[in-house]
Amino acid sequence: MNILDPQGPIAAANKTILIDSIAIMLAIVIPTIIAIFAFAFWFRKSNSRAIYWPDWEYSGRLELVVWSIPALTIILLGGVAWIGSHQLDPARPVPGTGQTVTIQVVSLDWKWLFIYPDQRIATLNSLTVPVGSPLHFQLTSASVMNVFFIPQLGSMIYTMNGMVTQLNLRADEVGSLQGLSAHFSGDGFPSMLFDVHVVSEPDFASFASNTVKSDRVLNSDVYKSELLKQSVPKEQAAYHLTDPELFGSIATQKIPPGPGPEPSPKEASNIGGGNVR
Amino acid sequence: MSIAVAHGHDATLIGLDAEHAGPASKRIVTAYGFWIFILSDMVMFSCFFAAYAVLLGETNGGPSGAELFNLKNVAVETACLLLSSFVCGMASIAAEVRNHMWFQIAMAITCVLGLAFLAIEFHEFADLVARGAGPSRSAFLSAFFTLVGCHGLHVSGGILWLLTMMAQVFAKGFRADILRRFLCFALFWHALDIIWVAVFSVVYLLGSAV
Amino acid sequence: MLGKLSWSAIPFDQPIPLVTGAVVLVVILGVLVWIVLAGHLPYLWREWITSVDHKRIGVMYTLLACVMLLRGFSDAIMMRAQQALAFHSNGFLPPEHYNQIFSAHGTIMIFFVAMPFVIGLMNLVVPLQLGVRDVAFPTLNSVGFWLTATGALLVNISLVVGEFARTGWLPYPPLSELTYSPGVGVDYYLWSLEISGVGTLVAGINLVTTVLKIRTRGMNYMRMPIFCWTTLASNLLIIAAFPILTATLAMLILDRYLGFHFFTNTGGGNVMMFMNLIWAWGHPEVYILVLPAFGIFSEVISTFSGKPLFGYRSMVLATMAICVISFMVWLHHFFTMGAGPNVNAIFGIASMIIAVPTGVKIYNWLFTMFAGRIRFTTPMMWSIGFMVTFIIGGLTGVLVAVPPADFLLHNSLFLVAHFHNVIIGGVLFGAFAGYTYWFPKAFGFRLHEGWGVASFWFWLIGFYVAFFPLYAVGFLGMTRRMQHYDVAEWKPWLDLASVGAGLVLAGIICQIMQLVVSIRRREELRDVTGDPWDGRSLEWATASPPPVFNFAFMPHVTSEDPYWAMKRRAQVEGDAKEPDYQPIEMPRNSPTGFVCAFFASVTGFALIWHIWWMAIVALIGAYATFVVFAWRDHDEYEIPAEEVARLDRANREARRELVTAAGSV
Repeated sequence: MNILDPQGPIAAANKTILIDSIAIMLAIVIPTIIAIFAFAFWFRKSNSRAIYWPDWEYSGRLELVVWSIPALTIILLGGVAWIGSHQLDPARPVPGTGQTVTIQVVSLDWKWLFIYPDQRIATLNSLTVPVGSPLHFQLTSASVMNVFFIPQLGSMIYTMNGMVTQLNLRADEVGSLQGLSAHFSGDGFPSMLFDVHVVSEPDFASFASNTVKSDRVLNSDVYKSELLKQSVPKEQAAYHLTDPELFGSIATQKIPPGPGPEPSPKEASNIGGGNVR
Repeated sequence: MSIAVAHGHDATLIGLDAEHAGPASKRIVTAYGFWIFILSDMVMFSCFFAAYAVLLGETNGGPSGAELFNLKNVAVETACLLLSSFVCGMASIAAEVRNHMWFQIAMAITCVLGLAFLAIEFHEFADLVARGAGPSRSAFLSAFFTLVGCHGLHVSGGILWLLTMMAQVFAKGFRADILRRFLCFALFWHALDIIWVAVFSVVYLLGSAV
Repeated sequence: MLGKLSWSAIPFDQPIPLVTGAVVLVVILGVLVWIVLAGHLPYLWREWITSVDHKRIGVMYTLLACVMLLRGFSDAIMMRAQQALAFHSNGFLPPEHYNQIFSAHGTIMIFFVAMPFVIGLMNLVVPLQLGVRDVAFPTLNSVGFWLTATGALLVNISLVVGEFARTGWLPYPPLSELTYSPGVGVDYYLWSLEISGVGTLVAGINLVTTVLKIRTRGMNYMRMPIFCWTTLASNLLIIAAFPILTATLAMLILDRYLGFHFFTNTGGGNVMMFMNLIWAWGHPEVYILVLPAFGIFSEVISTFSGKPLFGYRSMVLATMAICVISFMVWLHHFFTMGAGPNVNAIFGIASMIIAVPTGVKIYNWLFTMFAGRIRFTTPMMWSIGFMVTFIIGGLTGVLVAVPPADFLLHNSLFLVAHFHNVIIGGVLFGAFAGYTYWFPKAFGFRLHEGWGVASFWFWLIGFYVAFFPLYAVGFLGMTRRMQHYDVAEWKPWLDLASVGAGLVLAGIICQIMQLVVSIRRREELRDVTGDPWDGRSLEWATASPPPVFNFAFMPHVTSEDPYWAMKRRAQVEGDAKEPDYQPIEMPRNSPTGFVCAFFASVTGFALIWHIWWMAIVALIGAYATFVVFAWRDHDEYEIPAEEVARLDRANREARRELVTAAGSV
């Protein structure tokens, strides 16, 4: 999950900006830190060779320099920020080879559901993508806020109930990566890691066609009865998606948001008077 | 210019209390501090205004402002509140000339007008709730009830303060510290009037036009 | 009758909070019993609990902060221990418990350590620096302190009665809504902060009015010590920002208690609105914390370099610029929410702009040191440690202000390391510098230097060892708030971080030792003259501790660094003749603050547990307290001229030797 080891163009560009910004700032910071140590050491009271100007408190020229150094640095970084924010806007499509793969992501308590509407399949906690193809993610949440993040592929994005966020990525190397939720979402949050398998185009095609033949079916009913309640799944299920509008129903709240925790016996006795809901 | 030392080099140069150019008088300090409090209260109200603006369209399939607001009621409420501000001003003048009777009368009328405002508002709220348009119906209604209700709560607090001021002046007369408190009360009451102008403009007038 | 409260609220099945709670309760009861039996209660009541003296209130704020630092740090130790152990394991803290711990850690550190610490120091010092007798509203000051203490009390009660929030230190919906957090935890959080928020607002109003309206004669704005400028800026921010917190938490309360739909998933609620509102408060909040720290460093660096602050006007401009810009950057806390490139870029650039005045301050401190004669006392060590550490923290901050970089680092341990870098390196180091610097003024004796230096080094090294590994593990993709993890690359860094936490613990132990040893050896460490550091501002013109009225005569100021000017004048003109002492009127003590806070605590507790009748009764009690206060006929008492003379003469006598000694320098 090392962000300094990007596996896709977005992550690579993010990392470049990261490193460049650090370098620009270090160019100012390192000399300043050295100056702090140098001045502290040289102007110590016991150093009789050092000058002492007890009334020196202003210098116009120095003020000019002192305001300019941070200002110039910030102007430079500001430019980086402006250009970078536009080029790396998550909603901006990424070019690539082959067909764009649309993946609809639903964050649940406490697992990730990946719906491939075009392939009519869905997977839980495991994401398989073809190498080099543009990946267009549409994201929502079944309940609380989460953040979808594959560190080595780049930019993370929030998932929120009743709303759809967009993310575009591309994976450039075949291999296995990991993703996680980067926003605390409750007791099962640390388990929200998911596997990312970047495979060749033919392998992706066979993955899709095999999964479609799965006996496990995903539609609104299965979703509501099996996935919506709070749980941490033990296995990474793969489904045949029989309802291509499933994501739409979740995102528009046609399927209501997931429930909260089932009260423990102790809590149930505590929820006595006054719970207006 | 000689520098006066804390030990009292030259007594004429040293300020003892508020009259010299040094710390301001108690009256100024009290009023200033209270103004700052009012500013902070207005910041709080702006948050409720902002929430109202954001949630204006979120009627959750329920009624919108145009369907619910009774502008006649709002007009009467506004008249009550504006008039009460005027009468409160009369009370201020009475306090300035130290006239007990007119002070208490003006304050009593202010109180009645304030209570009238609250009664109409309470009635409006109860009516909305009875029609199924209570605050838990939709986000828009939550924002409406909170913004208008917060103002109403401030008016209620103001009335409590008003009655306390009446009792204080009755018991102890127009003492300097009581007058300072009354000054703050008057500022508070007028500020609530200003907020009401914003409320009825943004909520009721704009809301009915939507 | 008792709402949701029942015996099951006490965590009989969880040994850690149960045992901790029991021990703390026993200790508190023991201390209370000792106080009563040893006859200290009347003294405590008269001199501290009902005091409206800004110096006493400042000390109490600081004491609250220090005690809560121990609680917040215990949470930190538990978190580091859990993360060191919980690799392919559940550790020793189940999620329900761990999630409360990190939420309590953040809440306590920000609201009940950092805030009271800076407010306490501002309260103690500002009237003295302005040459006046007290703040604008002394009784209100007391109310503000006790309401803050109420908030702290409620948070700590949640340890043993019920639970605390499990949402993080900012309760983002929908997780914090009733659906997903049905217990009382979030309610404890909400009421505790609503109540202490009133206290903070009151302190803000008080200090702004004091700085703007209550200064001694001749103290123009440009002659004020820079600490007073940063106090002004910080408290203006409090007045402008805390009402936002009040309103936002109120909306969440309405959602949870009355079924409103501000931030719910259903009914049209908008969770993004919460993010915007809470961070519109949240960002100014961190500047509320750091600006006073900057002021402290200005004072300390100037004093211990033996030079006036370099570029005073620049510093003032920079301070007020930070004050204003801090309201324009809030969106950088959620770049990844998808606002679009223009919005993200604008807020990113605004966030970087705020680094400019901050950078200017660092350079001005640097040039204050230049051509100075630097004494490496403990406060100066903290200052130099701060300068280096804060620059690095600022660097990482500007880094995450670049949206594409933030897209990789948001909510990661890199971010956690960044904000601890600036809060510990900035706010906490500043608080410690101020604590050591002004301790003799408050209590009349200095703190032991040796233990002070030791605590500094443990803290400094401990901070780096604890948090730099977190930068690394953030680069390795780790996100915050994980109760357990399975990624092997992360473990060595987390282990190293726990070592750092241990070093910081050693630093804290040194600080406790410092206090104990200093109290025991206070005669050796006595500050006889009131000016132990050869200071430059007016607080050093008073005795240590100052008499209740601070100055027998409020000084007439004619320049910057007024006390420094006074000393040089005295060297030339010799000792001044004794003034014509007058009686002084001071505000009377009042139990209003304490009693009001008592009712506020009961109200808060009752509302948390849905005990409606109790809440109403307590609210009536709180109102009654104010009416009783308003009814009193005498709000001042007079200190006779002879008493003023006696106290002042004693200090003038003690200072004679200082003037003679200074003349020989």
